[in-house]
Amino acid sequence: MGPTNRAFTLITRGQRFGSTPVRNLTFTILWAPPVTLLPEAELAHIGLTLMTSPPKSSFVLSHRHLLGIEGLSAADITGLLDLGEEFVTLNRQVEKKQTSLRGRTQINLFFEVSTRTQASFELAGKRLGADVMNMSASSSSMRKGETLIDTAITLNAMHPDIIVVRHHASGAVELLASKVNCSVINAGDGSHEHPTQALLDALTIRRNKGRIEGLLVAICGDITHSRVARSNIMLLNAMGARVRVVAPSTLLPPGIERMGVEVARDMREGLADADIVMMLRLQRERMNGSFIPSVSEYFHYWGLDERKLSYAKKDALVMHPGPMNRGVEIDSIVADGAQSLIREQVEMGVAIRMAVLEALSRNLPNA
Amino acid sequence: MKMLSERRPILLANARIIDPSRDLDIVGDLLIADGMIREAKRGIGAAGVPEGTEVIDCRGKVIAPGLVDMRAFIGEPGAGHRETFASASQAAAAGGVTTIICQPDTSPVIDDPATVDFVLRRARDTAIVRVHPMAAITKGLHGKEMTEIGLLKAAGAVAFTDGDKSIVNAQVMRRTLTYARDFDALIVHHTEDPDLIGDGVMNEGEFAARLGLLGIPNAAETVMLARDTRLVGLTGGRYHAASVTCAESLEVLRRAKDAGLAVTASASINHLTLNEIDIGPYRTFLKVSPPLRAEDDRRALVAALAEGLIDVVMSDHNPQDVETKRLPFAEAAAGAIGLETMLSAGLRLVHAGEVELPALLRAMSTRPAELLGITGGTLRSGAPADVIVIDIDEPWLVDPNELKSKCKNTPFDEARMTGRVVRTIVAGRTVYEAL
Repeated sequence: MGPTNRAFTLITRGQRFGSTPVRNLTFTILWAPPVTLLPEAELAHIGLTLMTSPPKSSFVLSHRHLLGIEGLSAADITGLLDLGEEFVTLNRQVEKKQTSLRGRTQINLFFEVSTRTQASFELAGKRLGADVMNMSASSSSMRKGETLIDTAITLNAMHPDIIVVRHHASGAVELLASKVNCSVINAGDGSHEHPTQALLDALTIRRNKGRIEGLLVAICGDITHSRVARSNIMLLNAMGARVRVVAPSTLLPPGIERMGVEVARDMREGLADADIVMMLRLQRERMNGSFIPSVSEYFHYWGLDERKLSYAKKDALVMHPGPMNRGVEIDSIVADGAQSLIREQVEMGVAIRMAVLEALSRNLPNA
Repeated sequence: MKMLSERRPILLANARIIDPSRDLDIVGDLLIADGMIREAKRGIGAAGVPEGTEVIDCRGKVIAPGLVDMRAFIGEPGAGHRETFASASQAAAAGGVTTIICQPDTSPVIDDPATVDFVLRRARDTAIVRVHPMAAITKGLHGKEMTEIGLLKAAGAVAFTDGDKSIVNAQVMRRTLTYARDFDALIVHHTEDPDLIGDGVMNEGEFAARLGLLGIPNAAETVMLARDTRLVGLTGGRYHAASVTCAESLEVLRRAKDAGLAVTASASINHLTLNEIDIGPYRTFLKVSPPLRAEDDRRALVAALAEGLIDVVMSDHNPQDVETKRLPFAEAAAGAIGLETMLSAGLRLVHAGEVELPALLRAMSTRPAELLGITGGTLRSGAPADVIVIDIDEPWLVDPNELKSKCKNTPFDEARMTGRVVRTIVAGRTVYEAL
């Protein structure tokens, strides 16, 4: 991602540099072309004319990959949300098929099991007309000990246009992105980032509250192990929301307060005045040793039930990235209640992934 | 609680009143009514009291807050043959202890709220002094998974400890301190590295060498305490060293306190008044954990108590019956009873001029009550009337047959003492009175 992908290399021969003759001196100039000059933009325009109901938004993401929320500007995020909004409408129609990714190959490379993320990326790609291939770690050479980089090089040789990657190690997606020529979308890397989740959460919030700026969002639960929390903290901060994290100290990574969040350790204090209560899944599979004494104590103090939800604003809305542990971090009455946006989040997931695919595809080379 | 006398108002007249919670040391009278302390001042006199008040002329004896013993093992549940709440509380009352903090290393372990509830109910029904349990830090005392600290505290656990077991895994200790901080729970830790203890049974040094017993170095304790203080610095938890015994540990403690960490410490009455040489001919009643140390360490400990570096003095009451004590030294169980003799043994230090009486009483009542966040340890008006009357000069001989504890494993067997409790009052009722 970023400028190095678009670097020009100037090679000068026989020039003198100081008093020493220099041969093959290499200058690397980091240069990112203005968006308006990109040939891809023209291509995208051609693509638009082929669509049955083309998105009105002509937004182009000024990045080749989507590796995280970090690095996105407020304008990038707003552009993606606007685009997503158009796909929400499309997805509610009978005819959902688009052609903007026609001829493109999308590989969903999942090193970690996933239901909703993989399914929604697959649907998103197919609705945009791409050929979608799903690969999971359990049924491939990765099982046979192939390294991540070898897998990347192998897949790259098959000329995919977009690879969607989920991996259990933080930073793995970025590593893979540096070894391939196509666009890479991070579908979750370890405890680092899950950008499409944060974007779909933002779209859900914006549709229900009309804005993001100025809202108080309480993110509650297992912050330490959550990539959803990190992506959301960055996105919400970029969009001008107030973010508060609420968790027992053992589930708060040291230094979290320097990520632009307020920190609370009990729900009464943490949910006070909250517009949005975002619950996180207790990720016991990532826990090495005991971070909390028991599920029952965790639910007693940090699980969202009706009593604790009453500490938040009256019109507060409840979110959860799923899959939920009912009775661990959230009570069924709340999860299925009137204030819950959990099902809408899933719907937004498909739309926002279409938006991301669409925006990145507008940058793809026409080769 | 069982009543030894009706709950009439009591005036304790003509006494030296020592209240460490207010740095008060005056000659005067103390009025108790409705289970509360009404007032403590000069010259209340028999005229200024309600009708029917029992007036007791103390004749210059000392009145102090009842003692709060921060570390005592009671057999219930699971080892009622060693001690019950009833027998322990009788011993406590005779020793001036009005609040016992019982330890969780019972069977079953006190590591879930239901067991805390059992202990509180059982004590309420059978004990004549107050009893508060500490709960386990880790489930089953295995040192691996932390217990339900929030729910246990809500059920009535006043602090958390794994008894005489140390938590070897530093990550478990770190997480526990971090988690406990959210509940302002006090972690009380026995600091002895089990690997450094090895097969040791007494203090390492010349005396152990002469006896042919394997030694336990001071470092076994200091290494663990140093680790813990670093973890307290990392986590911001509230920490109490359960039993500090040697000079090196005092240095670690001093550094932690100077750095402003929430670190406090106890010393047992055994380590303040006895040393390794008292073991003599393999006397198993003097086998305790941590082991009795060298005289230099004992003196350093006493000096630390006098200056307040040691916060709490506790009995480390640990009843062991003949089956576990009448064995070769290395095979005998560690532990000594102490509820009944703690104050008298502490008075040795006062009579020797090493510790002031108010400082001793502070470490045995006011400080533990403060650290645990419980009532007691004060003679302020309105506080529950847990009060003791001490004759600090009465000579007596410790006769094991007269001790009220079920087990007789006292290290002060046949020892001469100067000074003892003559009356113990809990919640306004006299629960012990010397004949």
